[in-house]
Amino acid sequence: MHPLAIRTDSLTRTYRKARKGWRRKTAPDAPPDFAALDGVSLEVRPGELFGLLGPNGAGKTTLIKILTTLLAPSAGTAYVDGLDVVTDADKVRPLINMVSGGESSGYGILNVRENLWLFARIYGVPTAVARERIDAMLKVVGLEEKAGSRITHLSTGQRQKMNFCRGFITHPKILFLDEPTLGLDVTSARAIRVFVKEWIAEKPGRTLLLTTHYMAEADELCDRLAIIDKGKVLACDTPANLKKRVQEHPVFELSLAPGANGWADVGQLPGVHQATTTETPTTVELKVSLTEEPAIGGVVQKLVNAGGRILTLKKVEPTLEDVFIELVGHGLNDAPTATP
Amino acid sequence: MSSLRLFAVTALARTYPRVAWLFRSRTWLLQETVLPVLSVAAFAYAYRAMNAPESYTGFVILGAAMTTFWMNVLWGMGAQLYWERDNGNLELYIMSPAPITAVLTGMALGGMITTVIRAGAITLTGMIAFDVPVDPTSWWLLAGVFGLTLAALYGLGMMFASVFLLWGREAWHLVNLLQEPVYLATGTNFPVSIFPKAVAVAASVIPLTAGMDGMRQVLFRTPGFMGVGEEMALLAALAVAFFFVARVCLRYLERRAKEEGKLTVRWQ
Repeated sequence: MHPLAIRTDSLTRTYRKARKGWRRKTAPDAPPDFAALDGVSLEVRPGELFGLLGPNGAGKTTLIKILTTLLAPSAGTAYVDGLDVVTDADKVRPLINMVSGGESSGYGILNVRENLWLFARIYGVPTAVARERIDAMLKVVGLEEKAGSRITHLSTGQRQKMNFCRGFITHPKILFLDEPTLGLDVTSARAIRVFVKEWIAEKPGRTLLLTTHYMAEADELCDRLAIIDKGKVLACDTPANLKKRVQEHPVFELSLAPGANGWADVGQLPGVHQATTTETPTTVELKVSLTEEPAIGGVVQKLVNAGGRILTLKKVEPTLEDVFIELVGHGLNDAPTATP
Repeated sequence: MSSLRLFAVTALARTYPRVAWLFRSRTWLLQETVLPVLSVAAFAYAYRAMNAPESYTGFVILGAAMTTFWMNVLWGMGAQLYWERDNGNLELYIMSPAPITAVLTGMALGGMITTVIRAGAITLTGMIAFDVPVDPTSWWLLAGVFGLTLAALYGLGMMFASVFLLWGREAWHLVNLLQEPVYLATGTNFPVSIFPKAVAVAASVIPLTAGMDGMRQVLFRTPGFMGVGEEMALLAALAVAFFFVARVCLRYLERRAKEEGKLTVRWQ
């Protein structure tokens, strides 16, 4: 049986107060100890594209740092490809790679190709193979023309693309992408999303853990998602199942031509849970919440029989943003409401 | 890939940025050759005014050349991991399968190559400008002392790298502490044999002391505070000791840094 690609059991990471001075006393103005991760248990299967969604400071990056052997957990355990990230760090490292959005790694004196070559060599990738992979990846992100430019001459977005390439040229079994499209233009971000989907489908067993601020990106890419806040996992499921949580009843929106009749008593129809209408100068907007989806047929029939003209009809799907707000209490980019 | 091969491949890869810098940076020739020669000139004229032996000018030139290695050890080795952390490279190295000692070996190799060229330029310019007589007892012996001095110096540099990273910004004070006092203790501009022997021996913990004394003995046939053979043995012992202490320090550093989050937290 294949081990899970990633598994964490009650993973906790506490940052202690800053120490200062030779005797390493606690600075009086130091922030109090806080738990960046608080008992996180997750399972990611091989071949999965797993997403982590959470506001700034939720613990996403801390979790990735632990899984990439850069940070020790304060309590609990974490396994990557069945290997303990603390005791088997040397065996974990050849299997993984990581790209962080906004990172400024690399050497300014070297050009893009040389930087990528260097970071491929430390994984033991032969030079000829590295060159082929670098060319292919630069093509994916549209950076071929900048291959010979020193990285100090690159824009932030171009540098981000170079870092993205760095993560893939070592062909990791498990890849960690921390905000990979941060600061990229729409076209580049789309190209990267397409590539990520192709990359994971190309070879069975490849696993990708993604953190992102972009809900649409998470919805489009991820097989499963964990929503994390204040170091705790609030929910973990497929995007579709998560969205079902916040919508107990299917909802439809209908736009009717003015002068339509029959909408006033739609709420009394069998299978209709709730109906609300809003009249605008040009239309009547009808929103119906149904106990069962097929009940929409009865609603349409009723309106047509009453001589109404339906201009548009659409099913309202909840978004991950709705799920996020439901679970966390505020939007991803909103500040949490202050408590008195 | 075997771990030994990965070590070698990583070390060579990390050497590359330093060698590239030598060819792509246009200011080093002025900053790191002309300016040190001006400093040499001040000492050389002072010695000449005092009618000191001609070899003393040679001592100063050699001291200036070897100082470039010391500066490279402090800034290019000691402080380098700290900088690597701040630009995000360190976490990429730690996360990779390559041992961090291989990365440091690459830094050391690159530093040696670039500094040998700079030191050579200083030596050549100084020797020509001040017409210093050179009559070595053996070029091979000179190369041996020089090689062992570099091995010990860069071993010390690897050790500094872990200490600097652990102490963060406090380490800058250490760099300052290790400049002027070290020039004095190691006899950068004068023969260290003028010190009481106990002081000279204590100063030999810094490889520059025995290294420069040994090279001066070979190059200018002047007496030293120890025999050349003894100094070579001391340098070899220091090189091995510093390398192993560096390995232990790096392991300790990595464990501590992972516990305290210092591999990823910047500017602390």
